[in-house]
Amino acid sequence: MSQPNGSGGGGHKPGLPPAVRRNGEPGWADGLRKLYNSVVDEPLPNSFEDLLKKLDDGDDD
Amino acid sequence: MTTDSSATTYADEDFKRELVATLPHLRAFARGLCGRPDLADDLTQEAAMKAWAARDRFTPGTSMRAWTFAILRNHYLSELRRGRRHTDIDDEAIERMLVMEAGQEGGLHLADMNTALQKLSPERREAVMLVGAGGFTYEQAAEIADCAVGTMKSRVARARAELARLLDAEPAPPR
Repeated sequence: MSQPNGSGGGGHKPGLPPAVRRNGEPGWADGLRKLYNSVVDEPLPNSFEDLLKKLDDGDDD
Repeated sequence: MTTDSSATTYADEDFKRELVATLPHLRAFARGLCGRPDLADDLTQEAAMKAWAARDRFTPGTSMRAWTFAILRNHYLSELRRGRRHTDIDDEAIERMLVMEAGQEGGLHLADMNTALQKLSPERREAVMLVGAGGFTYEQAAEIADCAVGTMKSRVARARAELARLLDAEPAPPR
């Protein structure tokens, strides 16, 4: 829980609870999760409609 | 037990619901692996169809995310080996997109993160995506990547050290 040297970013991160931190991760570890979560939070693109339809059709097999 | 067709249908429904709920995570994992949104979406859809076809091998109650991630990475690797997929990354396009998505975030740009991530070796990238981004334990990640737990730990540690080095290479404030 040591304070990072300098104030190069990472100072205030509202909405990011420290609960998920493990192993005293550095600031960029948040970036990795944000990168991942930014995709998770995207709505599925239209190209996935075919897949969803196929899954529905798969029912009848 | 297995001859009850209505039970089978119900299991299929359960499976499908779980699979669909996992799709956003598969997309995120795929994008981290290959760095290209279009290719990642193709991989995700192909992996989902494979998962559906193999649904009898899924153990209900276990992690759908872990199971489908393993399918996706194996599919991706075999595509790479067959030379069907090109991994040339359109850095500029990714950057534009990520900067847009990251618009109001302070601090680290997601584009920088992605650029650094794509500089790692495939094994390390996968390792840090699974443990650092996906939140899997070393044990789960090792199972997904089909390697020893010790190997996974070492890959993650090396990936983290490399990311730290790459990201700290940016002009750092003097101490």
